[in-house]
Amino acid sequence: MAKEGEDLGETEKLAIKMNKITKTFGKVVANKDVNLELREGEILALLGENGSGKTTLMNMLSGIYFPDHGEIYVHGKEVTIRSPKYAFSLGIGMIHQHFKLVDVLTAAENIILGLDGKVTVNRKEVNKKVSELAQKYGFDLDPTKKIYNMAVSEKQTVEILKVLYRGADILILDEPTAVLTPQETDKLFNVLRNMKEDGKSIIIITHKLNEVMAISDRVAILRKGEYIGVVNTPETDQAQLTEMMVGRPISLKIDRPEVEEKEERLQVIGLTCLNGEGVKALDNVSFTAYGGEILGVAGIAGSGQKELCEAIAGLYPSIGGSVLYSVEHEGTYIKERILGLKPDEISRKGIAMAYVPEDRLGMGLVAGMDMTDNVMLRSYKENKGIFVDRKAPKALSEKLIEELEIVTPGVGTPVGRLSGGNVQKVLLGREIACSPSVLIVAYPVRGLDINSSYRIYDLLNEQKKKGVAVIFIGEDLDVLMEISDRLMVLCGGKVSGIVDPKEVTKEEIGLMMIHVDNQAADDVSGEVDV
Amino acid sequence: MSVQKVKVKEPLLRMAKRDTMSNQKSWTVRGIAFLLSLITGGLVILALGHNPIAVYKSMVVGAWGSPTVIRETVKIAVPLLITAIGISFAFKMKFWNIGGEGQIIVGAVAAGYFGLFTAHILPKLPLVILMLLAGMLAGGLYGLLPALCKAKWGTNETLFTLMLNYIALAFVKYLMNGPWKAPGSSFPKIAMLAPGARLTKVFGVHWGWILALVLVVVSSVYLSKTKQGYEIAVVGESNNTARYAGINVSKVFIRTMFISGALCGLVGMLQFSGADYTITEGIAGGVGFTAITVAWLAKMNPYGMLVVSVFIAMLERGSNAIQTQFKIPASASELLIGIILFFMLGCEFFISYRLIVRGKEETHA
Repeated sequence: MAKEGEDLGETEKLAIKMNKITKTFGKVVANKDVNLELREGEILALLGENGSGKTTLMNMLSGIYFPDHGEIYVHGKEVTIRSPKYAFSLGIGMIHQHFKLVDVLTAAENIILGLDGKVTVNRKEVNKKVSELAQKYGFDLDPTKKIYNMAVSEKQTVEILKVLYRGADILILDEPTAVLTPQETDKLFNVLRNMKEDGKSIIIITHKLNEVMAISDRVAILRKGEYIGVVNTPETDQAQLTEMMVGRPISLKIDRPEVEEKEERLQVIGLTCLNGEGVKALDNVSFTAYGGEILGVAGIAGSGQKELCEAIAGLYPSIGGSVLYSVEHEGTYIKERILGLKPDEISRKGIAMAYVPEDRLGMGLVAGMDMTDNVMLRSYKENKGIFVDRKAPKALSEKLIEELEIVTPGVGTPVGRLSGGNVQKVLLGREIACSPSVLIVAYPVRGLDINSSYRIYDLLNEQKKKGVAVIFIGEDLDVLMEISDRLMVLCGGKVSGIVDPKEVTKEEIGLMMIHVDNQAADDVSGEVDV
Repeated sequence: MSVQKVKVKEPLLRMAKRDTMSNQKSWTVRGIAFLLSLITGGLVILALGHNPIAVYKSMVVGAWGSPTVIRETVKIAVPLLITAIGISFAFKMKFWNIGGEGQIIVGAVAAGYFGLFTAHILPKLPLVILMLLAGMLAGGLYGLLPALCKAKWGTNETLFTLMLNYIALAFVKYLMNGPWKAPGSSFPKIAMLAPGARLTKVFGVHWGWILALVLVVVSSVYLSKTKQGYEIAVVGESNNTARYAGINVSKVFIRTMFISGALCGLVGMLQFSGADYTITEGIAGGVGFTAITVAWLAKMNPYGMLVVSVFIAMLERGSNAIQTQFKIPASASELLIGIILFFMLGCEFFISYRLIVRGKEETHA
């Protein structure tokens, strides 16, 4: 370190210093010579696109990965972090994107799980200690509540308290706001500020610029595994951060072209489904999708989005309601009932409905097969005789590669080996190629970098202009509000409202995500009464 | 100045996933693994007090040295190959059919019913066709049972097919001791098939080997070129994707398991009417299990299975030869086969992963 000519006195005020960290997975370089400094008592935002190596870097701090190269200093002392347990002993605690909690235990039990101690547990005392800790930082938490009764934000609280209980003074949060409503995000940020007051050092991983601006003191930026730089938050703006993150100036505005002619394409009336436990996953859901518009669907994760898509696509059983699909027959539209039909039965009715599922490689595509075999997945039955025809799908694959700029060694490469953005282009490209009249897309940009995301938005807008009814299930409210013509909000399997995103605020939508106003719900069902 | 330079300790060995290896390189790895297995086997032979090279030579000669032994080798390879093809149909859709043994046995029993009791009525050609159809139908239905239960109630096909093996075996024992016991025999055994009803030999081996070669080509085309083959592959990769694509997963399970069982049943019929001419508890003789190894080693490729089944048949024949020639016990020959298989299957790990020794990985891409 001395050779870099730094003042060692200042180094000691750093909670963490990572020096020239490199980590490779096979040929993929996840981090290359990355430097990172976290000052004591600050909130540092770690910003970067998907796949830029943020999580990998943090996993090396929390002992999950071991770097190929480079040094890590904690409070000025060089350390070798070989296990998560050792990371804890250094006071480093990471809150992962995917929670690791035992469902049948209470909050307090989860918090003390895995700690050394006596054979017996004094639950009363533990509960008290957990409550005190929660109050200290401004959390709302009942320590005796079981995890399976908790909402996502409460589970996150438990994860954070788990780390604090172990005495961590360096906290790493991996995209903590991805699962929260705007209101819950504000609450979390208040808690983080309290922790900062208390002297904790915090790293927050994110790719949402407005949150970076709201919470952080400094921002460190990674791009394609490389360290780009660090800036003081008050001295920067979103445009500069985007440029550092993407590598060139880029407009973050999403188009919302206006389409004049809107025809009714899909009508869902009173759709009700049960989940595996017999609880209503969808409760009396009604809406209409029109050609030439994008209908956004917002909601907290697990509010019935998956069941809604799959029930319409014929992949999920329903217990009530109906779905009417307008099919053109010699110039006139007739409504076909499709609820309860299997996907092949729907397509045999001459219905061209495209569906891009959330689980791209587990449902939409076959990871181990090449592009040709994947492209023919929905159409292989059309060929007469017992053999499959690979000529047309191969030609289509080549066309898709060219038109959508899919980066692949060739049509013969298994799609599972392509990057997330290219996988999505293959899937969306195939679905669009069947000239659908309704296109359902679930979380189409999840895990994609900014360039790919905007390409996907463009493709959806092109479909909209062609008169396709697009149903867009999303998680990023900012995106949903920009791209949708109308926005439907789900809450616990119910429709809490269908709004014009130009006329409501993000906070209003956030409220609808956690609360169903009965008046609004009645209005909605009234609107589609037939 | 409390900064101390502590020696960074890396784990001694680390695993890292490789990028895909080129075909040429992966075959080199497999070649090396094969050589290493021969060397390791050689050490075992050496420990037993024999010359490894002489033993290996006698194994090869024992399997290919004369027309007589070649016929014997082919006779071992034919049931292995057809069973492996049958099993691979199920394995391709990740349906773990380890009931090849049972399906072979019921195929033999069904063929045996016509072979033993209608041989005096029917001329040879219709009789053989009848035995063939009966064997395949019985094997197919026996394979269908676990598929139906899996499709309806989601039962575990591994346990199901395994248990069916024992039921089939017990049924043969019952037939041997009771209804089908050969008249006038003091042993519990089933009568021999009348010589006039036995399968015709082509180049000294029953025509099952021609059928096996035809099946290699047909199954290869079926799996890679037909819609049904495509459906099998999609179902095997992901049931969810198959449902999404409008494939009836249960139907594919049932149809494919019928084919899988029918091919195993065909083996039973061939063994009965072309090789053993009777039915004993040993009619399947472990073929249903060895075929699993064949299918995996060949990575479910029918042409690969042809090579592997001939190779394993050679090992089996060869180990017989060294038993008589060098008085090496049968268990030691099985050990040799085990060592070779261990190396061949184990080298796949090194094709997918590489090991990094502490301090050796200094350069990065």
